[in-house]
This record gives sequence, C-alpha cells and structure tokens, in this order.
Amino acid sequence: MATKTSKSFVDNLGKIYGGYAGGFIGFVILLAIMEQMGVPNKIIGYCFVFLTIGVYAYIGILSRTSELSEYYVAGRVVPPFFNGMATGADWMSAASFISMAGGLYLGGYGALGYVLGWTGGYVLVGVLLAPYLRKFGQFTVPDFLGVRYEGNAARICGVIVLFSASFTYIVAQTFGIGIITSRFLGIPFEVAIFVGLLGILVCSMLGGMRAVTWTQVAQYIILIIAYLVPVVWLSTKLYGLPIPELTYGQALNEIADLEKKLGIIKPHIGAYVDAKGQFSWVEFNNFWALTLTLMIGTASLPHILMRYFTTPNVKDARTSVGWSIFFIFLLYFTAPAYAAFAKREVYANVIGQQISQLPAWVQNWSQVGGLLTIKDANSDGILQLSEFIINQDIIVLSMPEIAGLPYVISGLVAAGGLAAALSTADGLLLAIANALSHDVYYKLIDPKASTVRRLVVARVLLVGVAIIGAAVAGTRPAGIIQMVAWAFSLAAAGLFAPLVLGIWWKRTTAAGAIAGMTVGFGVCAFYLVGTRYFDMQLWFGIRNISSALFGLPLAFLVTWAVSLMTQAPSKEMQDFVDSIRTPKGELAWVKGQQHE
Amino acid sequence: MAQLTPQQRDAYWQKTSRLMWIIMAWWVFFSFLIPAFAVQLNTISILGFPLGFYMAAQGSLISYVVLCFWNASAQNKIDQEFGVAED
Repeated sequence: MATKTSKSFVDNLGKIYGGYAGGFIGFVILLAIMEQMGVPNKIIGYCFVFLTIGVYAYIGILSRTSELSEYYVAGRVVPPFFNGMATGADWMSAASFISMAGGLYLGGYGALGYVLGWTGGYVLVGVLLAPYLRKFGQFTVPDFLGVRYEGNAARICGVIVLFSASFTYIVAQTFGIGIITSRFLGIPFEVAIFVGLLGILVCSMLGGMRAVTWTQVAQYIILIIAYLVPVVWLSTKLYGLPIPELTYGQALNEIADLEKKLGIIKPHIGAYVDAKGQFSWVEFNNFWALTLTLMIGTASLPHILMRYFTTPNVKDARTSVGWSIFFIFLLYFTAPAYAAFAKREVYANVIGQQISQLPAWVQNWSQVGGLLTIKDANSDGILQLSEFIINQDIIVLSMPEIAGLPYVISGLVAAGGLAAALSTADGLLLAIANALSHDVYYKLIDPKASTVRRLVVARVLLVGVAIIGAAVAGTRPAGIIQMVAWAFSLAAAGLFAPLVLGIWWKRTTAAGAIAGMTVGFGVCAFYLVGTRYFDMQLWFGIRNISSALFGLPLAFLVTWAVSLMTQAPSKEMQDFVDSIRTPKGELAWVKGQQHE
Repeated sequence: MAQLTPQQRDAYWQKTSRLMWIIMAWWVFFSFLIPAFAVQLNTISILGFPLGFYMAAQGSLISYVVLCFWNASAQNKIDQEFGVAED
C-alpha cells in the first residue's frame, strides 16, 4: 500500500476481505483437525490469540501513513458497506461480545434494555448527526464544537467530555482483553493486560484512522463468525435447525418449565419484575431510562461519530449508518439466543449434579480471578442453584465448554472476544489521542506545528493514554458492562445537546452550548460519582448506569434558556449552519476561522 | 452553498425536518411505547416466543435497520428534488 489509499485497493475490497474470511475459516478447520489429532488445548488457545493479533498487526503496519487526512480520517475513501463493518467492530466491544449475553442470562427481560439501547441509537446517528458532521468535514468532534460555537471554550468542554467518556470506556475494554488473554494464555491478569495493550497499539499507532479502519473490518469478520458459530451449532444440536434466532423460543419455554421445577420465582421472560417476581415501577423506570441513556450515548460517542468522517460523501455517510446498524444487528439479535441456550444448559445439566463430578470447564474458569464460584453451602455434595455463582463476563467465553463443544470453538470465541475488545479499544484510543493532538496540541498550543510534528505528538499521546488505561484497568475498578454504561451516560449528558442543537437549531449560541454542556455533564458526573463512591441516595430509584437521565434534559434546558438570553449567532454563523445542512456545495466558513 | 434561494432553502429544510420527525416518531414507538406494554404483550405468543420479549429482542431491532435505510433513501430523494444531491 502506498502512502495514499489507492483506488485499486478500494475497488478490490470485496475480493481482499472475501479471501481473508475464507482463509480464517480454513485456519479454524485446520485447528479443529489438529485438535482431533491430539494437539493440546493450550497450543490451540495460543494459536488463536497470537495468529489473529499477528494479522491485525500486519494490516496495521501495511496501513502506516504520514499523511494527515489518512491518519485522521482514513483519506475519506471508505465505502459505506465497509465503513458499516468497521463501525460494527468499533461499536461492539467486550461489553457486547463478552458481557451482554451474560447480562441477559442473569437479568432476563430486564437486560434487553441493553439490546435495545445499543442498537436504537443508530437511528439518531443517521437522522440527526452523521450526514451533517460528514459535511462539516473536519477531523474530530470537538472540532465541530470549536467552529460552531466560535472558540476554544466550547472546544475544551468537548475535549473534557470526550476524554472522560472514552477513557472510562477504554478501561472497560482493556479489562476485557485482560480476562481473555489471561484465560487463554494461562498468565496472570495483570500481565495479560499489558500483552493485550501491545495488540491494541500495533493496530493503531503507525496508521491512525486508516490502519484502524482496515483492521476493524478484519476484526468484524472474525468477531461475527466467532459469535455465530457456537449458537448455530447448539441450535442445530438441540433443535435440528441452524437458525438460533428462531429456535430459542423453544429454549425459552423449556427454561420456563425448568424454572418451575427449580422453584425460581423471577422468570426469564418476565418484564419489569423485582426479585420476588412482582411487577415493579422501579424496574420499569430503570428499563426505559437505561434504553434512553444508551441510545443517546450512542449518538454522542466521538469514536462512533468520527467513523462517519471517513466516507467519501454525505450520501454515503447516511447509507453507511444503515450498514452499521445491520452489521450490529446480526450480533444483537443473536445475543438473547446465546443467553437462553446457556441458561437452559446450566439449569438442565449443571444444577442438581454431584459437585465432585462437575465437568472440567468449572475448574478452568474458577482459576480466572473468582469469576466462577461453586460452594457447597449445605455440604450435601449436590450443586444447588444458590451455590453456583457465575459472573456475567464469562458466560459467552465459557459457553462452548459448558455445552461440550470441541475446544477449538472456545478458542474461536476467545479470538472473537479479543477482536471485539481490541477494535473498540483502538477506536477509543484514536478518538482520545486525536482530540488531544489535534484539538489541544495543534489548535490550542502550537497552531504552527508541522505535519510531521503533529503526527509524532499524536502517536506519543496514543501510547501514553493506552498505558494509563491499562494501569487503571489493572486495579479492576468495576464490571465491564457497568463501566461501559457510565461512559455512555457521560457522553450523552455532555455532548448530545450541543451537537444536535448546533445543527438543528440555528439560534443556539456559544454561551448556551457551553452552559448546557457544563451543567449536563456536571450533574451526570455528580450523580455517578456520588452514588458510586459516596453512598448518595438514588434519585427516584434510577441506578447510576443511567446517570444521563438527569443531566441530559438539563443540558437541553440550559442550552435553550441561555441561548435565548444571549445575542443570536451572527448572520455568517447562520449561513454556515445552512451550508452544513445542504449536502452539495462549499461550506460557508465564518471569517477568521482556520480550517484545512 | 448550492444555488438555492432562501425560499427554496427553507422548503428544503422543512421537508428534511418533517422526515426527521416521522422517523423519530417511529423510533419512539419501537423503543419506548412497545416495551412499555411488554407485560401485556408477553401473554401473546408468536413463533413460539412471548411477543413482548420478542419485540425487545428482535422486532424493534429489525425496525431500526429499516428506519436507517429508509431515512437514507428518503433523504436522497429530497436532495435530488431540490438539486442539492452530491454529484
């Protein structure tokens, strides 16, 4: 690959990735044969982890670049279909791949808030933001705030929100990478985190957005294959039909029967029920609050929004949102099947068995940092439901072993989980490093910096942020899914109002937007930190994973009120907004604003 | 700026906004209204699934895919009608 992305490369993407997918399937089949010939599990685990990381590193190195627009926005040549795949990988993280089905396993209907929340936000992205941000055509999300709200105050607010949300998110991803590498390489969690870190850095450091884009497409292919194979396999094994999305209705019915047999009072499919199996308004409110927070958060997270900066034009940005949600949908509408099959297996074949005769996967997994505990509380030698405590983060990873599938499938799932966590970590890392290097260093500190210098700064910051993220993850601050949900809250409360109003309401003023961001983000962070670390009472029983529920409306309200109290934006600014709203034509820049 | 008179520009934005509100209405319908009745819908069975569970696990997700592609194609038509589509 040359420094600039060549046209023939873009034209041949279908062939290149088709061949790649075929090669990966061949690799899995080869390993399956090796397993049958007696190659030990440990070697197979190593093969999956190192070979896939090796491929990403290879793509990362091939895509190295010293061009600014290649580094920041992949040269703006990414076709909508492939940008959709890249967004899918960027989007689906350790939380979607590793934890979500686990959350559904434990929470039943209540956890469907995650499924809805992590998909529906794309409607907002496609309708309200993506095409207009693409037309704006700069490098970062704070860039937009800095230009639309004329000044560095708004830009800095944007960077602060971006940093808080993305950093929380990246800690969660590194945590997930640590769990997988630790389990499959058999090394301590704290060391595994830093091994994973190398995997993240090789993808993004040399080629920026361009390298991340093409590795993310590769990672999407692996993660979707890895996610679908075990469920399709199980669906065929249990019900003779390889479409899990259709067959798990039957599993749900069997679970309902087993629940009666085992005396479980909170049914899997029960909507808005508390632990006693009764309808609860608190559960009801938390459900829609979580759905809303996650959806708005989707439309506010800079690492997602900046993916739409890379399409060739506005029209493609819109279509690309469609492809994104399609590729994400493939995993999300399968996740509840995963949960149902896992629950059915555990209820039917693990609970009620002799503890001394539990299968080997129990031992394997109980070695990974207390994520699975089995305690014979009443010393009768038989496993009761209450004596089996499984962490949601390992349901997906341990599922193939639980169901007795060959070990090669476990390795495949681990490779998929790793792909999901690495791809998201890469996107986040780039979003943070780009904001720091472009918005803080270039725009605020040294506007005369040369291209070479800017890229050096971007890379140094990238490595720095990655190391700090890994160090924080090493302290195990919280579960993956909680940390991710906090990131969504912070982004939603801080960024959604200024972005949407900046495009859809010309009257929004700089003062209004800054006040709105400050109040929205401030209230959200206050609630989150207060309830998490200082035993603050919950407001209306809303859990802190939906913290944005209070900050978000306040952000809109304050932006609106302060905007009306301050002088309307200049005629030039209003013309600029008009030019963002129209796909065709040049942008009408306000005089004196620098841009490239 | 493409060559639109202020009147045309307002008309263009009015149509775009109307499309936005229509899609937002469907979004609210599938994201909040249907899940609000999950308990009642769960008493109905479809393809072996309780309907309330099915909608939150699959039905609404399908609607999001459709909404996103629909938005893209409807907005393209509006762009072409006003001559502001990209070449």
